[in-house]
Amino acid sequence: MLAFILRRLAQAVLVMLAVGLIAFALFRFVGDPVVFMLGQDATPEDRARIASMLGLDQPFYVQYARFLANAVQGEFGLSLRQVRPVSTLILERLPATLELSLCAALLALVAGIAMGVYTALRRDSWLSQALLALSLVGVSLPTFLIGILLILVFSVLLGWLPSFGRGDTVQIGWWSTGLLTASGLKALILPSITLGLFQMTLIQRLVRSEMLEVLRTDYIKFARARGLTDRAVHFGHALRNTLVPVITITGLQLGSIIAFAIITETVFQWPGMGLLFIQAVTFADVPVMAAYLCLIALFFVVINLVVDLLYYAVDPRLRIERAAAAH
Amino acid sequence: MSAPLLEVRGLRVEFPTRRGTLVAVDGVSFAIAPGEVLGVVGESGAGKSLTGLAIIGLLEPPGRIAAGEVRLEGERIDNLRGEALRRIRGRRIGVIFQDPLTSLNPLYTIGRQLTETILTHLPVSASEARERAIGLLRDVGIPAPEVRIDHYPHQFSGGMRQRVVIALALCAEPRLVIADEPTTALDVSIQAQIIQLLKRLARERGTAVMLITHDMGVIAETADRVAVMYAGRIVEIGPVREVIHAPRHPYTAGLMGSIPKIRAGGARRRERLVQIEGAMPRLTAIPPGCAFNPRCPKRLDRCLVERPVPVASGANEVACWLYG
Repeated sequence: MLAFILRRLAQAVLVMLAVGLIAFALFRFVGDPVVFMLGQDATPEDRARIASMLGLDQPFYVQYARFLANAVQGEFGLSLRQVRPVSTLILERLPATLELSLCAALLALVAGIAMGVYTALRRDSWLSQALLALSLVGVSLPTFLIGILLILVFSVLLGWLPSFGRGDTVQIGWWSTGLLTASGLKALILPSITLGLFQMTLIQRLVRSEMLEVLRTDYIKFARARGLTDRAVHFGHALRNTLVPVITITGLQLGSIIAFAIITETVFQWPGMGLLFIQAVTFADVPVMAAYLCLIALFFVVINLVVDLLYYAVDPRLRIERAAAAH
Repeated sequence: MSAPLLEVRGLRVEFPTRRGTLVAVDGVSFAIAPGEVLGVVGESGAGKSLTGLAIIGLLEPPGRIAAGEVRLEGERIDNLRGEALRRIRGRRIGVIFQDPLTSLNPLYTIGRQLTETILTHLPVSASEARERAIGLLRDVGIPAPEVRIDHYPHQFSGGMRQRVVIALALCAEPRLVIADEPTTALDVSIQAQIIQLLKRLARERGTAVMLITHDMGVIAETADRVAVMYAGRIVEIGPVREVIHAPRHPYTAGLMGSIPKIRAGGARRRERLVQIEGAMPRLTAIPPGCAFNPRCPKRLDRCLVERPVPVASGANEVACWLYG
């Protein structure tokens, strides 16, 4: 178990180093920062002075090492546009994105599993057919369109929910939350649905097909033959056996939700990291882009690690075999 | 014979398909007395397992009972649905399936699967259920049951798992156990142990057993009476000695002739095994008259058109015009 965790951690570090390299390379693509700072007319001596001041005359790997050392401490320099530390900018925006993403993921998971189980158990009911048809719409409609449609219906036509922003937020330490105010919660509804809809339909279809598969197995037949209640057979025996693939997909999708909140945040003008990133791209604000890249990679790596550990909780076969393999 | 525990009369199982209805079990009638072991033999696809599944209402849709009735202790159970049927499964009729490797849920300890079944059917507390589960595991010959009860199925060998499955089938003390090929998936060396175990437990508890198998050796060893099935019908039924030593139906005779005999005393006479020519008909193409007629060495003209009705011949009952 410990060996497994250590191995996965080592892999995670490798991934982060590679992502760091890409982020670092971004700086080089946008041109020579010395020219950028001094303009075309500077003398070669001035350039050399600035370059050595910024450490740009050092060899590549020294610069990369310095970048990494700073990045590990969360230091990505100043935003070129806002002239404020990137770390501060990201910290301001992080809570908004995380709250939105977690709400969307929760919605996708709870509603997705419920609908998946229902459509698998009541295969022929009209509601199942309707849910399946609806899920097809959910997978095929692009996110921004869903967002705009929701705004049209619930904000413009019905006027029930706000069409943009986070509403009122409460500051708890450095974390600003919209979960504690009525307007914050109302503002969360439409973006969460928009962001979570695709994942919800994905989970629904996955749970449904896995459930159908498991319901055909011998141990389900045997569980029925033992006279267990439908409830015990369906939820105790069948659902739990569908969880391993569901956890995998949900884990990966949670990363995607955070990463691709960009579109939803743009549609709803949600003041999160995605919006920050889009603005950074528009203005070629490289430090912000690099920091965003590293942070999203970190999320993915951590989530994957958690997913692997969850397997152990769900499937006893892994615990034994891995333990045996480790000795 | 005392009042039968289970009585099946005229059972017919159909599978509606797009190209017409398949009749997988047709006009099957038999009875099992309390404590009796009835063997059911036949080739794959003869309808043995479907008969068993139909009795406990576990036919996979679109399969359904189209005619006939099933009575358990005099009470009709073939028309029961949902909750009423569930109370019979496990409690009054236990089931053992073929493959012990896939019969147990891999995610739960065997103890949990046992106590869950006990608690579903019997009015006992959780700790009593656990005690009972440990006792059952000891009965079926699992060493150190106090420890093993908390292990997962994958930590047991195939033979041990089948013992656990037997414990699960017996845990609510049913009067009847339907054992569907309980040893087919096991090593030959373990088959005999499992059969002995099943036999002993059934005798100790007075449990009747419907033993479905294609292995005549297992039947000879275990059963009191035997029913021979062919293409969804029972062709012969009777006491096991009679059926083995004096088979009436040509199919039964062929079946017995195709079992290799090992003689004690080293007699080295080469003996050819008898083969039954041809193969069992597909369900889509069961011939009219007697289903066995295309392969029968003693075919009469009548066999081609008229379906034989079961008649008594000695202690046996046989569906063949040779005896009609």
